Amino acid sequence: MIVANRKPFEELLEFIKPYSKILLLGCNECVTVCATGGAKEVAILASELKMHREKEGRPIEIMEHVLERNCDPEYVESLKPMVGDYEMVMSMACGCGIQFVAEHYREKLVLPAVNTTFDGVTEEHGVWSERCLGCGNCILDKTLGICPVTRCAKSLFNGPCGGSQGGKCEVDKDTPCGWQLIVDRLKEMNMLDKYMEIQPLKDWSTSRDGGPRRRVREDLKI
Amino acid sequence: MRLTYPTNVKVLKVPCTGRVDVIHILKAFENGADGVYVAGCLEGECHYLVGNLRAKKRVGYAKQLLEECGIGGERVAMYNLSSAQGQRFAAIALEMTEKIRQLGPNPMKKGSRVMGHGSRENESQEQVARTEAKS
Ligand code: SF4
Ligand code: SF4
Repeated sequence: MIVANRKPFEELLEFIKPYSKILLLGCNECVTVCATGGAKEVAILASELKMHREKEGRPIEIMEHVLERNCDPEYVESLKPMVGDYEMVMSMACGCGIQFVAEHYREKLVLPAVNTTFDGVTEEHGVWSERCLGCGNCILDKTLGICPVTRCAKSLFNGPCGGSQGGKCEVDKDTPCGWQLIVDRLKEMNMLDKYMEIQPLKDWSTSRDGGPRRRVREDLKI
Repeated sequence: MRLTYPTNVKVLKVPCTGRVDVIHILKAFENGADGVYVAGCLEGECHYLVGNLRAKKRVGYAKQLLEECGIGGERVAMYNLSSAQGQRFAAIALEMTEKIRQLGPNPMKKGSRVMGHGSRENESQEQVARTEAKS
């Protein structure tokens, strides 16, 4: 899932400063699961903003609305009848959703209420961590399911580096060394010989270095 | 026990304090409450095992949110007591009312409104109370 964090309250207050009637958007997918921008978080933020503005003597009207997804046109287009009623849109969806709404309603100011952070997993209730950077050429086969791009602070392909200490990464004593995890896993699976294969330089053109990526399935087009 | 407690405390009953969410606390303030306290069972004695412990964390989070939006985190509190402690219930109501009175009315409010809900049989302390600071 895509994991995000709500932006600091002060920053959001600045965004909405000139306005008195706004649409606060949420999304029912990833940001609901990571408890950042689902119906509940939209309601909490709306309540906080309204109270703050009321206290300031400049009340604000906030319409809370949560789309099934903000990254698919059919849902984004469903905003059409309402979007015109508001001075601006603030969105708690991930960066993809915020952009897509902005693309669809070019006459509207659409601002982010969250910082989109990473693609990750729920380790336990209330704890999320990063797993994939979408490098475009997955090597989890070589590392037996532990991604060196995201789990090694330096994205090394032939690790570990000299900073690996007692299983922890040198950047933070609470972060496991990705390469220690890989070696442990290889040992566990009796496949340590894979560790001896030197990985060639990674071709990052399949990743962000190749520019914005796009995927087309001609057979699915209508 | 003919105990009295301040009439400005409005009790909202919930089956377990584990049902209390942050948004319920915020909505109480949005609707004009001057303070909110959650009264849960004693720690370790929750019928649902951890409902009151979850409530405690949510109250902590609500405090942060109320602080950041300028209402004041000290206006919300969590208490633990058993259903047999009627006197403590009255004492808490008094203590909270006193505290809120000192803090003064909800900073965003012009006139206070009174709101109350009743439900469920359990007349225990699994209650959320809001107090109004009468000045
Ligand atoms: S190797 Fe690339 S695609 Fe595979 S998990 Fe890591 S970042 Fe994602
Ligand atoms: S200590 Fe491990 S995870 Fe950290 S940078 Fe070095 S190899 Fe990567």
